[in-house]
Amino acid sequence: MLQRILIFFIIAYAPLVYAQDLDLLDDVEEPVTEYAFATFKTNRVVNGHSIETVAKKEFDFKISHRFGFLSGGLYDLFGLDQATMRIGGDYGITDNLNVGIGRSTVDKTYDGFVKYKFLKQSTGAKNMPVTAAWISHMGVTTLKWTDPNRENYFSSRLHYTHQLLVARKFTEGLSVQLSPTLVHKNLVDSANLKNDILALGIGVRQKLTNRTTLNLEYYYTLPDQLEENKTNVLSVGFDIETGGHVFQLFFTNSSGPFEKSFITDTKAKWLDGDVRFGFNIARVFNF
Amino acid sequence: MKKITILTFAILGLGLVAFTNHGGGIYKTNTGNINFFSHTSVEDITADNHKVKTAFDATSGKIQFSALIKDFEFPKALMQEHFNENYMESTQFPKSTFNGTIENMSVVKTTVDGTYTSKVSGKLTIKDVTKDVSTIGTFTVKSGVVNTKATFTINPEDYNIKIPKTVSGKISREIKITVDADYRHAH
Repeated sequence: MLQRILIFFIIAYAPLVYAQDLDLLDDVEEPVTEYAFATFKTNRVVNGHSIETVAKKEFDFKISHRFGFLSGGLYDLFGLDQATMRIGGDYGITDNLNVGIGRSTVDKTYDGFVKYKFLKQSTGAKNMPVTAAWISHMGVTTLKWTDPNRENYFSSRLHYTHQLLVARKFTEGLSVQLSPTLVHKNLVDSANLKNDILALGIGVRQKLTNRTTLNLEYYYTLPDQLEENKTNVLSVGFDIETGGHVFQLFFTNSSGPFEKSFITDTKAKWLDGDVRFGFNIARVFNF
Repeated sequence: MKKITILTFAILGLGLVAFTNHGGGIYKTNTGNINFFSHTSVEDITADNHKVKTAFDATSGKIQFSALIKDFEFPKALMQEHFNENYMESTQFPKSTFNGTIENMSVVKTTVDGTYTSKVSGKLTIKDVTKDVSTIGTFTVKSGVVNTKATFTINPEDYNIKIPKTVSGKISREIKITVDADYRHAH
């Protein structure tokens, strides 16, 4: 009987003992929705976009370089003698709707995109397993016509890339993104080449410290899509966030700083040692 | 058997009454404000939390605060992200609390309009590090609402908040915390 009484006491008083610390406050937490944040350090995984967007009225200025092959050795200073680059930026119309423009040395290409984040990973009152965004890019190459004598159309200069970006922050450190992608080229070099190319991007990031991450990105193109001499792009890099800037330092086999180029025009193969060093520098300005 | 059961319930009942009866009045709000301000020659950083839970006991002078780190709002979205991710590690340490005492509670007449001051001291917990802090609180009673204002400074490095060398000059080691809450009588 004594035991029963004791149990009664323990059960009755247990909550009071626990609540003693901050006993005056309402211990009932209203259900709130906890949104995942900082799934990636910036809005690029390495070459391709991540689900991150810049906030409303913020401009993320980006300079990207991809150098020559490391295999060039000391003579080329491990590729630093050659470089392709893109200069551009992303702007937040709202926190979820971004637009961006850029100009790359590769095929003298101007590119623009519209990106919209339509799902946000959350737990609590509202449960959503993933963050998802849609992005549509358009690019215009402005190289001189290879044959100015034939009839050339402006539309031949255009190419498009559409991507669904789906990411999940699994733990504080690990995030994974899948990016089903369609690249459309209005004009290809010969009739046997495909105008539409389907690919699946895979991005993984693992935090090393609070301010540095290791990123891996691979774009798998479905079989028989690419030209004979083209290959898939694989990149490994680090993000270093310093507060105002994010530096992305990486190794990749592509020289292309925009989607169509790195997904469909990559020639160099990692297995041949044809790897480049590259970096993206991102700086956010507030307006 | 029956007698013992009845007796048990009687004791339990008394016990519960004793525990829940705080004697005086409890004053509460779930929309208290905490602002912090970091001033350096390079940059001023400020953030506000308008969802602070706080209460005090007008008899014992016990006063408590609980603030979610994620509820601090910054003018720049990126700053807010870095605050949560890099400095406060809010996924791991979601809350900051203060558990203290209004030392001269008898001076503060919560039922009489007027302005009163009293030393407030207690334990501030940030990132699971607990330190003693104390300050002078100003209590303004007006038509049933008790407004409390207090200011104190803390050094972020005392609370395991690591500041990298590269941004060392941008973050003050004397961060000014301003508390402002309108309490209402709860029971």
